[in-house]
Amino acid sequence: MKKGIAEILEARGDAKRDSLIPILQEIQENEGFLSQRAIAEVGRRLGIPTSKIYGVATFYNQFRFEPKGKYHIQVCRGTACHVLGSATVLDKLEKLLKAKAGQTTRDGMFSIEVVACIGACGLAPVININGNFHAKVTEQSLVEIIENLKNKEV
Amino acid sequence: MNIEVNNKIFEAKAGETILDVMNRNGIKVPTLCHMKNYFPSGACRMCVVEHENTGRLVTSCSYPVEEGMKVKTHTTRVIEARKMIVELLLSNHPDDCLYCVRNGNCTLQDLAVEHHVTERRVSGVKNNFNKDLSSPSITRDPDKCILCGRCVRVCEEVMGVSAIDYINRGSKTLIGTSFNKGLNTSSCVNCGQCIMVCPTGALSEKCHLNEIQMALNNPSKKVVIQYAPAISVSLAEEFGMEPGRDVNGIMNAALRKIGFDYVFDTSFSADLTIMEESAELIHRITNNGPLPLITSCCPAWVKYAEEFSVDFLPNVSSCKSPQQMLGAIIKSYFAEKIATKPEDIYSVSIMPCTAKKFEAQREDMTHQGITDVDAVMTTRELAQLIRLYGVDMHNIDPEMTDSPHGIRSSAGKLFGGSGGVMEAALRTAYFKLTGKELTEFKIHAVRGLTGRKETQIRIGDLQLGIAVVSGLQNAKILLDEIRDGRNDIHFIEIMACPGGCIAGGGQHIGADESAIMSRLKSLYDIDDRDSIKVSHKNPEVIELYEKFLGEPLGHKSHDLLHTEYKKRDVPL
Ligand code: SF4
Ligand code: SF4
Ligand code: FES
Repeated sequence: MKKGIAEILEARGDAKRDSLIPILQEIQENEGFLSQRAIAEVGRRLGIPTSKIYGVATFYNQFRFEPKGKYHIQVCRGTACHVLGSATVLDKLEKLLKAKAGQTTRDGMFSIEVVACIGACGLAPVININGNFHAKVTEQSLVEIIENLKNKEV
Repeated sequence: MNIEVNNKIFEAKAGETILDVMNRNGIKVPTLCHMKNYFPSGACRMCVVEHENTGRLVTSCSYPVEEGMKVKTHTTRVIEARKMIVELLLSNHPDDCLYCVRNGNCTLQDLAVEHHVTERRVSGVKNNFNKDLSSPSITRDPDKCILCGRCVRVCEEVMGVSAIDYINRGSKTLIGTSFNKGLNTSSCVNCGQCIMVCPTGALSEKCHLNEIQMALNNPSKKVVIQYAPAISVSLAEEFGMEPGRDVNGIMNAALRKIGFDYVFDTSFSADLTIMEESAELIHRITNNGPLPLITSCCPAWVKYAEEFSVDFLPNVSSCKSPQQMLGAIIKSYFAEKIATKPEDIYSVSIMPCTAKKFEAQREDMTHQGITDVDAVMTTRELAQLIRLYGVDMHNIDPEMTDSPHGIRSSAGKLFGGSGGVMEAALRTAYFKLTGKELTEFKIHAVRGLTGRKETQIRIGDLQLGIAVVSGLQNAKILLDEIRDGRNDIHFIEIMACPGGCIAGGGQHIGADESAIMSRLKSLYDIDDRDSIKVSHKNPEVIELYEKFLGEPLGHKSHDLLHTEYKKRDVPL
């Protein structure tokens, strides 16, 4: 069952500013991202300015501020993937989709997330799209993967 | 206790920092993130000294003194460390000093010179952030930001606004608003105090000089200028004259040389504000409130109220600020007088303030689709304009202002400092309520730079509680007390900038407390010297009511000089 922001805050009745991060994590778990409304709500409850909450949240890679796309693409930036060129993969992906890591394309179709090692080093460089792993990604194969998904949609 | 700095013994008190002791004794070390009267953050490491007892480099701005401590401030190791910090700060800097507003008045430049940085030993990847040009008052260029955090701290600790904070981490760190949107949609109240503490050109005012020059060059426009009470006692410093010197006459002459057609004084409309606001105060006292009445001269405070203190909006005076009042009068009464259409008048004001730029473009600051004020320049921009037109401020004869909006009382002039509006309003309210003038005009309890002043005043059989606060954090504390049930305060003056407009966000950058004190003292001297000390005796104000406005709070006043406020929806 998904919990709403109000419910999450309610359950932590007398929470103080030191529970900010767990609260943000729980909201993201339930809503998929941290909306402006959620941040404002948390700010009001904990008495922290939204600029501070946003500052804290952007310090960590784990938080996103836009809803996930229909296809959520995780790019592994762990060591093995890095050695085998995941930086180029990420760069290419961002250019292909015209969206940066942490963002969602305007049509809501794709979103990109950078993750640390996802434990599939044998497949490096690896990306994970909605639970499907794509192994040994190259710039060329990436173009194909994205094209296929786009074609599926038309 | 004693500590030893550079082989000399100095007295120190427990709880002080090494920097405190050094400052007191004339030993200079460079600082960047440090701000007087703030808790040290130790962010920049510029102020390092060698702690001989431990052999470590420590930040003198945050390191507390210890008995028997020995410190060296300029060993080779220290100098090298500081130089390296400067070089690292420069390594990703845009390097466009020659095109920068702060060229010649930049701490980073000074540090580079001081540390004899003459070659590039470290070169980093340049930042490529977007400039934030969204705000009507403040321009931000994160590429020039060195992340010292001073703006963040002023905004939070002095203003209680927290519009900005650090975003991201590592080399991607920048300072921005919540959700990294433009300042114009944030809770920023446009006070400009962040500009005043920024050591580089990362923060500056939105410049209106181009528009103003275009109007000056347009033969079909009558260009009218007004200047705020604080300007004449602040401008001197921009031209290397002693702080606080009143250059009113010289400034009038300079403005005419530049080409302004009419030179008016906003202190005149400060008097006008007092006529309206004291009437409003009396009206509220005799009609059961809402009280306390809170002044509305400061647009930063007004925006703050519209965001953070919506519950107090009914308390805020409906009077427009003096800038807007004069703007409205210029495009109505004055336009008629010189037989010119309001559209053909270009109305400029000089303000110590960046929030006034925001105020001038507020929707409610128009009349039948015509803006009251067209462009606002800060004290800094005025100095720039004077230089641009080659006016020699040291060799020019003083001139008078123009009628019919050039005469002021010294009460109107006092608006420039914290407590001034209160003092002026009480002088006139006293007269209106008792029919007599005060025997002693000076109200000492509301004078000075202190952030919070309070007293009780007796007017006839009325006991009036008054409070004067500057720095919005102080306002917040006072309003919280009232929320909690205090009811002995009837009239409050709130100014956003600490000390009032003399320390506004549009003023000369680099002025210290003593310079600001000199400006304030200069206002008090004018008040001592002048013969018209009360707003209700300003002959031009009296004439304006006789010929045009009728009565304070009357129909015309209501139409031109008053406004209303509404809640703003911004992320807080
Ligand atoms: S102008 Fe004032 S409110 Fe706005 S960011 Fe700067 S300090 Fe904060
Ligand atoms: S105190 Fe004066 S300078 Fe500061 S924001 Fe208010 S009006 Fe402007
Ligand atoms: S001035 Fe001491 S650390 Fe910045």
